[in-house]
Amino acid sequence: MNIRENIKKLIIEKPLKLDCGKTISKFPLAYETYGKLNENKDNAILVFHALTGDQFVTGVNPITKKDGWWSYAVGPKKSIDTDKYFVICANVIGGCMGSFGPSHENPETKKIYGTDFPVITINDMVNAQVNLLDFFNIKKLFSVVGGSMGGMQVLQFVSNFPDKAKTAVPIACTSSHSAQNIAFNELGRQAITADHNWMDGKYNSKSTLPDKGLAVARMAAHITYLSKKGLQEKFGRNLQERDDLKFGFDADFQIESYLRYQGSVFVDRFDANSYLYITRAMDYFDLVKQFDGNLSSAFKKTKTKFFIMSFTSDWLYPTQENKDIVIALNAIGANVGFVEIDSDKGHDSFLLEVPDFLNALKNFLDKSYIEGNSES
Amino acid sequence: MKAEYNFIANIIEKNSTVLDVGCDDGTLMEFLRKNKNVNIRGIEISKEKVQICIAKGLTVIEGNAELDLKQFPKNSFDYVVLGQTLQAFINPEIVIKELLRVGKKAIVTIPNFGNWKVRLDLLFKGTMPITSSLPHEWYNTPNIHMCTIKDFVRFSETINFKIVKSLALINKNISNISKSNIFLKNLFGELGIFLIENK
Repeated sequence: MNIRENIKKLIIEKPLKLDCGKTISKFPLAYETYGKLNENKDNAILVFHALTGDQFVTGVNPITKKDGWWSYAVGPKKSIDTDKYFVICANVIGGCMGSFGPSHENPETKKIYGTDFPVITINDMVNAQVNLLDFFNIKKLFSVVGGSMGGMQVLQFVSNFPDKAKTAVPIACTSSHSAQNIAFNELGRQAITADHNWMDGKYNSKSTLPDKGLAVARMAAHITYLSKKGLQEKFGRNLQERDDLKFGFDADFQIESYLRYQGSVFVDRFDANSYLYITRAMDYFDLVKQFDGNLSSAFKKTKTKFFIMSFTSDWLYPTQENKDIVIALNAIGANVGFVEIDSDKGHDSFLLEVPDFLNALKNFLDKSYIEGNSES
Repeated sequence: MKAEYNFIANIIEKNSTVLDVGCDDGTLMEFLRKNKNVNIRGIEISKEKVQICIAKGLTVIEGNAELDLKQFPKNSFDYVVLGQTLQAFINPEIVIKELLRVGKKAIVTIPNFGNWKVRLDLLFKGTMPITSSLPHEWYNTPNIHMCTIKDFVRFSETINFKIVKSLALINKNISNISKSNIFLKNLFGELGIFLIENK
């Protein structure tokens, strides 16, 4: 726990009215920064993390001791070049890497919140994070960037704050969580709550944790991040350290062993209740409904320059859902570019070494930055 | 850079909004942005070409003109440019109508199938013409709806749009096409450049 106490935190004094109706104040927002904010304060990029990400975007994550979740994309001379840009990333509220979440203690009851924590939304996450701009005295971000749930936050941010980002890069995301997305999230939540160690979310006050349920949730979700082709090529029907089938329920196949491993390492770094809350926030995300069925209205006031990317093999947030955002933006004459990247790595492509994606991201940001500077 | 770009640039007014349909590697977009200070967008079907455009700092959408122009409201742009691709569409009529819905005006260029070299090729060889501007074999050409300058003028009458300006490119020189000279322009023109609008 000591390391966790060293996490950078901003205490948000200003009350934040959540979509559920409750108001929170004096809550912690954990964040990390990379690179330097320049004198004009015009080189800041706010990166939004996805479901299981955190503020440790790149370099070694001090808690997990593993590479940050976006190490391929963020760093010196990388797509989001930290020699050039000041990168800020915050742990979402509801999360478990230092920001206000269900594993925190309720000051009124002196007990861990658990499921007494208010249900939060993507809108709430973004409204909490905008406080970072005041903290760093940044009037306008150069860019807001994120993939998956991070992309949803990008869309919500630009909609809420049309003049606070020069550019926006939503990647592999959607403007409205589909029935399939909700279904997979529900599967994960059911796995967690069916674990008898979950104990109605009060496990934090006991010594046992719903690790099995959380691991199953992760395993199921992990499959949705990959493509059939990618799985087949990587694992096929290869056997795990054995010459033949064992006629039992041990992990005979490499893919089984791989999934079990993914599940087991996940429980070491993630809180089960946070998983419930964050997947719920994703399911509630519906920018189309928020604007009475007209997504274009969400961006009416914006002058932000958008660049949207999707991946050919992403079936969780397929190209068409990304294109719907492009269409909505074009309908109001917004500045939007779009490309579908060829990759057989599924939804996870945005986190992996996919050169076409990484180059496009770099080119868009670097060219837009030069353009912006020559205008002013 | 293609010879006709200068002439396209001459037609387009400064500071206007332009959509380049089938913008390829963005050469025309860059040229117009630099010389006419236009607010320009592109739409391009090839991922590789879109990547090149992004690397040039151009705003381009990966998409197909036949399917993806729908998303733009009426009169979104002052000009919509369609460079030498009309002949590659399954339904050129729909494309022209879409161009004139999305743009107040459209600039359409067509490789002229009425050019004498093309005619001679077919006349003497008896095979489908292959020239420097039409390098494909009949079985692999993307150009499924070739037309001549004369055809395009007739097309304007059939589907009812107005040709505001028509130019023929001959040996890197440009000249006006008129009723009296269309026979010769159709024989010698390598490319037809048309500024069109709704009637």
